[in-house]
Amino acid sequence: MSGVDRLNVPEFERPIVELEMKIEGMRMDLATAIGERKASIETDISEFEKDLKKLMESVFGNLDPWDRVQLSRHPNRPLVTDYINVLIDDFQELKGDRAYKDDAAIVCGFGTFEGNKVMVMGHRKGRTLKERLECNFGCAHPEGYRKALRKMKLAEKLNLPIISFINTPGAYPGIEAEERGQSQAIAENIREMSGLRVPIITLTIGEGGSGGALGIGVGDRYLIMENAYYSVISPEGCAAILWHDAKKASDAARVLRLTPNDLIELGIMDEIVPEPFGGAHRDPRKAYEFVRQYLLKHLAELMAIPVEQLMDQRYKKLRGMGKYIEVAA
Amino acid sequence: MRWALSRKRGAPDGLWMKCPSCEAMVYRKVVEEGLHTCPECQFHFRISAAERVDHLLDADSFEPLFEELESIDPLGFKGKKSYKEKLKKAQEATGHREAALFGTGKIAGKQVVFGIIDPNFIMGSMGSVVGEKIARGAEHAYDHKLPLIIVSGSGGGARMEEGILSLFQMAKTSAAIKRLQDAGGIYIAVLTNATMGGSMASWAALGDITIAEPQALLGFAGPRVISQTVRQELPPGFQTSEFLVEHGFLDQICHRKELRQRLVSMLRYTCADMPVAEKPQQKRHTAKIAKTNKVQAGT
Ligand SMILES: [Zn+2]
Repeated sequence: MSGVDRLNVPEFERPIVELEMKIEGMRMDLATAIGERKASIETDISEFEKDLKKLMESVFGNLDPWDRVQLSRHPNRPLVTDYINVLIDDFQELKGDRAYKDDAAIVCGFGTFEGNKVMVMGHRKGRTLKERLECNFGCAHPEGYRKALRKMKLAEKLNLPIISFINTPGAYPGIEAEERGQSQAIAENIREMSGLRVPIITLTIGEGGSGGALGIGVGDRYLIMENAYYSVISPEGCAAILWHDAKKASDAARVLRLTPNDLIELGIMDEIVPEPFGGAHRDPRKAYEFVRQYLLKHLAELMAIPVEQLMDQRYKKLRGMGKYIEVAA
Repeated sequence: MRWALSRKRGAPDGLWMKCPSCEAMVYRKVVEEGLHTCPECQFHFRISAAERVDHLLDADSFEPLFEELESIDPLGFKGKKSYKEKLKKAQEATGHREAALFGTGKIAGKQVVFGIIDPNFIMGSMGSVVGEKIARGAEHAYDHKLPLIIVSGSGGGARMEEGILSLFQMAKTSAAIKRLQDAGGIYIAVLTNATMGGSMASWAALGDITIAEPQALLGFAGPRVISQTVRQELPPGFQTSEFLVEHGFLDQICHRKELRQRLVSMLRYTCADMPVAEKPQQKRHTAKIAKTNKVQAGT
């Protein structure tokens, strides 16, 4: 990856990248080395590779919730546009909410997934600084949600299943966003998605940031990648409320129970999509393949369900969310 | 302990009180007669769920529903205080088991499903129980073909201490409201100070008719988060009822003193079994005068 600062990674991953870079440097030396020097470099490389393997196992084998949050935001992590490029054929982007403007923070369009015509959508974060600014770092405005709803209604009319890729820190908290009805837009999307008469798969590929995620996140299947999270509030925001210190985000990440395993245990998510060891960014091709397999499996299952039954199941799943007790009144 | 309609109030006694908004010293009795509004600046004080019932429903018509629902601590949440302690404190302070009080009642004889989210209970935030009561309330309205009225006071939005479960209450409540509305049912949202975040971005925004009390704080993101994000001062009146009505997100702003009558009118237009409004005596009189004036103006 040229032009990418390879050390721009979470702190826990840095020693690994440093070691990898060292090994790469040694390989370059190896290419020009001969005789005894060559043999000595080869020995060194194999030693370092053993160290690397050990290091990776100790780091990636013991990820705490905050580590996973950082992986979900990793600068090299595959984004919705990557998944679309790799997994979706003949993607036809559909822009605009027909009311105010086109919000680049949400991408929508027709696509062909493994021979199935679908509507694809997702939060767009952008990779380069220019892209990231264009799509507001994945924080949508009301027009983004209204665009998504418009395209979902089109999908319903055309009987196309919907695949929604979730990856946002949250809906944008700004003056204009409030003026144009951020809460109204999200509320209407949530309500309408609960009753759209086509299968909807939601897959959280990175950050499931609160209402901004849910705004394109109601459906029949709730899938989440191994190093993604979904939360009612960002760990930083939670830490600021609890301890008046955003730096305690790692503690907040623990108390919020936001990891995929927690979310399954709490009865919200349905299945975890595995990632290559150390995170999707370390072997994106493997990540795309996992996502392809899981989406295909769930899509096939959902497409076989008669629509009335699908609606019934979607409602029941939503109605079952939440934990409480019933005591004598 | 009877949870359903506790009369606990936070305000201390005394003849005079200071308005927290305009800081005028006002006569307590006048404030109470104004249904807890300031006679000087019309600031609407925070009131209890029981007072809402008194203000809006026909006397003795309220029958609580779903009172058996009680919150647990599903995450084992450990903040400064444990969630369990927080719940206990809120229960003691309000005399209610949870922030949502639902039931059936009558307004001008018309049976309705009536819900209140009490801002005095953990800022009226929505956890599993609040979400469940809203969903059950919508379902009760659906099953019995009754209008649904919810008075929100949910400044806390989705309740952080229940994590993802709170967040998905947004979807649960919205789905139940959709089912009611798709079947022709009516949902009237009454928004009061404050209604924010996950509550405002789900059930509170989905009324067929939406009425707000004056000067209520209503919005998605909290003002502090916004000003920190955009690094500028927020315009005066930002995220108030007046701001929302101007931007097209409310049908009306209504003073608390007129709210009951306003609901009666709205029920008339939304429920076929409600009688039409009678032409008041006074109006007939003014109509005649207006006609006379017109004739005079023409000559
Ligand atoms: Zn005042």
